[in-house]
Amino acid sequence: MFAAENGLKGDPRLKGISDAIRVVPHFPKPGIMFQDITTLVSNPRAFKDTIDIFVDRYRDMDISVVAGVEARGFMFAPAIALAIGAKFIPLRKPGKLPGEVISEAYELEYGKDRLEMHVGTVQHGDRALIIDDLVATGGTLSAAIRLLERVGAEVVECACVIGLPEVKGRCRLGGKPLYMLVEPRQ
Amino acid sequence: MSSCKEDDPRIDGIQSRIRVVPNFPKPGIMFQDITTVLLDPRAFKDTIDLFVERYKSKNITVVAGIEARGFIFGPPIALAIGAKFVPLRKPKKLPGKVIREEYDLEYGSDCLEMHVGAVEPEERALVVDDLIATGGTLCAAMNLLERAGAEVVECACVIEIPDLKGRDRLNGKPLFVLVESQ
Repeated sequence: MFAAENGLKGDPRLKGISDAIRVVPHFPKPGIMFQDITTLVSNPRAFKDTIDIFVDRYRDMDISVVAGVEARGFMFAPAIALAIGAKFIPLRKPGKLPGEVISEAYELEYGKDRLEMHVGTVQHGDRALIIDDLVATGGTLSAAIRLLERVGAEVVECACVIGLPEVKGRCRLGGKPLYMLVEPRQ
Repeated sequence: MSSCKEDDPRIDGIQSRIRVVPNFPKPGIMFQDITTVLLDPRAFKDTIDLFVERYKSKNITVVAGIEARGFIFGPPIALAIGAKFVPLRKPKKLPGKVIREEYDLEYGSDCLEMHVGAVEPEERALVVDDLIATGGTLCAAMNLLERAGAEVVECACVIEIPDLKGRDRLNGKPLFVLVESQ
């Protein structure tokens, strides 16, 4: 579900956030209109508004874990975790986390990749939020959901700044609610 | 100039949460793992607060964070002091026009990239990463910012490994760390 349909209709912050996102055509390959959030995080007002909207939504939901997907999810998730007093858990590409990990495979357009999480960081009964900058097919987020559920956490919601057309009209992903702030810019 | 916060009572809590993982990523390396600090909301908040208290009145306009663990500490600092956050990334991750800086590894070399136009001349910049080892990456980061005309005010890391003398590679730029690893 998009923020505008879920309590924030007409909120001027959403336009500011959308306007701050830069579109880079044909990256990483021809035909892809890449949604670049670096211009968002380099706009202090729009970046703060982004975090504030997520924090306002989640502060009273008893969230104990905020998981961020490497690497762009790392730019948003820790600030949310700090504001709501939750643990921050990085979900990373293979081989980056030291010590014992569990991993989940997910599909790419061509081939597969894996997402890893540290063992022992999340307990049964932890209520988790998963954050990434953007959701397209939902493959990465679905792998993230599976990782957290394998260790007994309850995934309360997945949240992204941008939701691509593949997920438009969907309120759920992998059986979990999906919350997005804005649609892609043209 | 360069300093370490030894006397603040919050430092103990942060230091005690750092986990050392032996022989990662290869034999002989005692890896300083900060993910365990992030699991303790109090310790993570104290880490950010210590940096924010130092930098909030220094007119910093840019916080540059080094991929990927610099992305965990940089944005909360930037948000708290009202500065831009600029990610410095491995090659081919940033879309659009970039400038790149090569730096030496133990074997071979690597590159760091920054968007053209992310930083304007005369901006006052902070460089943030979780840890300084040899200083190679931080040095490349400073070079990128200076090539764009910014002034690097200071480099800030949670952990320093003094034996690797990274501090000496920073061309006289100040380095601020919270914890020194043994």
